[in-house]
Amino acid sequence: MNSQQLAERVLDLVKDQAEAEVLASSGVSSLTRFANSSIHQNVGEYVDSVGLKVAIDSRIAMARTTRTSPESLATFVEETLATAMREPVDEDWPGLTAPVAVDGPEHYDQATADASPVARAELVKAFVDEGEGLLGAGYCETEDGTHTFMNSAGHRLTGRETSAAIDGIHQTGSSAGSGHAFSVAVGDLDAAAVGALAAKRARDSEKTFDAKPDEYEVVLAPEAAATIGVFLAVYGFNAKSFEEGMSFAEIGAQQFDEAFHLYDNASDERARGIIFDSEGTPKRHIDLVEDGKTMALAHNRRTAKKAGVDSTGNSFPGAEMFGPVPFNLFIEVGDKTQEELISEVERGIYVSTFNYCRILDPKSMVVTGLTRNGTFMIENGEITGAVSNLRFTQSFLEALALGKIKGKGNDARFADSEFGAGFVHAPSMRLEGWNFTGGAEG
Amino acid sequence: MAAGASYADARVVVSKQETIAVQNQQVEAISHTEHAGVGVRALIGSSWGFFATVEPGEAKQAGERAAEIAKASAVVAGPPLEFADVDVVEANYETPHEEDPFAVSQTEKVDMLIGVTKTMQDVDGVAIATGNLTFYDTGKWFVSSQGAKIHQHLVESGGGFDATALGDAETQRRSYPQSFGQYETGGYEVIRRWDFPNNAQRVAEDAVALLSADELEEGTMDLILEGSQLGLQIHESVGHAIELDRILGWEAAFAGTSHLQLDQLGSFQFGSPLMNITADATIPGALGTFGFDDEGTSAQPVDITREGVWVGVLSGRDSAAIAGLPPGGMVRGDGYNRLPMVRMTNVGLLPGDSSLEEIIADTKRGVYMETNRSWSIDDKRLNFQFGCEIGWEVKDGKLGKMVRNPTYTGIGPEFWGSLDRVAGPDEWVHWGTPNCGKGQPMQVAHTGHSAAPSRFKDVRVGVHS
Repeated sequence: MNSQQLAERVLDLVKDQAEAEVLASSGVSSLTRFANSSIHQNVGEYVDSVGLKVAIDSRIAMARTTRTSPESLATFVEETLATAMREPVDEDWPGLTAPVAVDGPEHYDQATADASPVARAELVKAFVDEGEGLLGAGYCETEDGTHTFMNSAGHRLTGRETSAAIDGIHQTGSSAGSGHAFSVAVGDLDAAAVGALAAKRARDSEKTFDAKPDEYEVVLAPEAAATIGVFLAVYGFNAKSFEEGMSFAEIGAQQFDEAFHLYDNASDERARGIIFDSEGTPKRHIDLVEDGKTMALAHNRRTAKKAGVDSTGNSFPGAEMFGPVPFNLFIEVGDKTQEELISEVERGIYVSTFNYCRILDPKSMVVTGLTRNGTFMIENGEITGAVSNLRFTQSFLEALALGKIKGKGNDARFADSEFGAGFVHAPSMRLEGWNFTGGAEG
Repeated sequence: MAAGASYADARVVVSKQETIAVQNQQVEAISHTEHAGVGVRALIGSSWGFFATVEPGEAKQAGERAAEIAKASAVVAGPPLEFADVDVVEANYETPHEEDPFAVSQTEKVDMLIGVTKTMQDVDGVAIATGNLTFYDTGKWFVSSQGAKIHQHLVESGGGFDATALGDAETQRRSYPQSFGQYETGGYEVIRRWDFPNNAQRVAEDAVALLSADELEEGTMDLILEGSQLGLQIHESVGHAIELDRILGWEAAFAGTSHLQLDQLGSFQFGSPLMNITADATIPGALGTFGFDDEGTSAQPVDITREGVWVGVLSGRDSAAIAGLPPGGMVRGDGYNRLPMVRMTNVGLLPGDSSLEEIIADTKRGVYMETNRSWSIDDKRLNFQFGCEIGWEVKDGKLGKMVRNPTYTGIGPEFWGSLDRVAGPDEWVHWGTPNCGKGQPMQVAHTGHSAAPSRFKDVRVGVHS
């Protein structure tokens, strides 16, 4: 049963017993994993699931299942309706999305959907071959999916998506360097270039010294800048967090440097995913930060109703508790090469990637984490050596505050990896200060 | 096997989950999730191939796909992967439980959470009061090409609540029984035992009081950790470091490696003589308890450190074969659709002979911290920094003023080497962690960490931005 048939079957079973919305997904997800320069775990999965939300006189229940036989679906619908009947009334139920046309690109590539295990293995080989004498580890992933949304208000949408990523490290005996690439089309992945960058970072950081923990000027590679984007999106531009008073966001306030422009755009040709959300709302282009001013939040129907605005299309399964999150972030690109950014630093640290970052306080956006896979000292405009990984404790808001961004790179790319691939398109950034609070190894 | 595998197994998994979330006396979500399918694993040469499908009737095709995928790995092949033998068994296992959590009425669960959030909201200054419950019921059927046939029925229950107070520039939160809630194997009796209603007011009052508390100043002093925070400390700085797949480099790119090297096993002084850690999947009620792991190895207790010396690892049949060790029965997959991998079972610190009261009375200058708020550790599991929800100064053997934003940082073996007091069995709790992430694609495991309040000497505390 394809996703359209599945969604239709479930909606038919609900009939007129409730307001209902259905999101059915099907597809294949495949991931080839390598370590010690050989493939050791190679997996694939046929995905087929359906989610149902019902409202009976504003009494809400949600359910999801992978059991799609006629008998299983009948039980699934019956039990979901029964759960809703036992619920208290939800005064904030925003109702269903009315039928609305959705225009925008389909982020889909047939060659990616058809990618074979051998094709993924060949990309891994290209990555590994760039690290002669080194140990490579990482993964290559291809996914394709079809998603159908239907509700009892007559709204019907179907969208397809593909994604492809290669992400890995090369290791010497004492150091590691990373590389990462993401695209909707597997043919866009230059695995050899990714492997070459990882190998260069590993070799360049083989001999390290311990830098004294202190506040340093930094040049963040796109991977590190993307991490900042993730935290701002999840904790700050989430309208549920804002309504609860947990967000830093102050609409209209100059909370960032004038050089900082952050937007969410699922319709950008480079973006991943489908162009409507789990409530059937078209995903809008949202300028979250313009010229350093906080301009908008990401909404689902529930937060939008409370705020008296329209949903921006940022709901996803689970957003009822977590809140809406922008997943197609772009940090506006700059005009300088990475070498130019480095050349302007008298004394500072170059960070390839951050690792294991965790929020200490969402309102002040204080985060702790470590550097990983290539950390370098910059002196008099040049990289003069590698330093051991460092721990930082830093408010991301303060790091990007007015006057703190000293330059942005022209090298923007999907460089995120710790929290998943293809969610943040970011350039290198030169920042005035970053608070390193300890060495990773003592 | 007909497709060329040296070994293969299959797991049918049918799991259901109920989650109830309440915020400020309003139900935020009631959701039921059911996953069912079959995952087939085939070993060919140096690689596992794995394929999963939601259609149990397509198990044969899934096996063929798994073998096809494994064969493709030969493009970047390594040394052939060995696979250690274990007893081939036909067996059944069921989680001991008293009260089926899915049979308890939805109304009772919802009403309890609404009442708990009301109690918290009644405390002046509480802005957000949330409560949640989650229950899992999992059936697994495992067969292997060696003849194993194992059925397991696992029941897990858990939940918690928290109160948040908002200040001008920061937020303060208190949780109960621990951050993300407390989870155990067992039925609804787990929830009744933790008695949410009678702890709600105290937790809410703490959250409000924190807003006006002084921030913990930076310094080096004795650190006393409450049990759940120590449980997470064990999880992050010991549990992951002793995973044999990390030690062998199999997780290097994402989760990371380990500072431990196999040639140190049996001689490395990981901590003080009070550091006696076991990985025991047989502890009744603990979250990482089961009958058999997902490659047919019996659950078992394994010593990890004895009097501070590192003596054991977390292993599976492939990693153990490489290391020349007996398989520890610690390989599990997240549902039918994930390749089983080395996961923690119940990795805990055995109790000592002291008590929290005695430890505080014996501390001249220190800080006592409760309940995790943040955690971060490097890819070798050496350098950690934890934040807790609340702390109290300890001066001359007595608890002093409350402090907010307490943090501490350290290096694993140095930190564990400073362990000098451990509370006894009366305060030993099987804390459960329901959200341990590892692997690609991501897998979430449920793990247990038994711990009692303990003291560490001369720890750096109060790290701020």
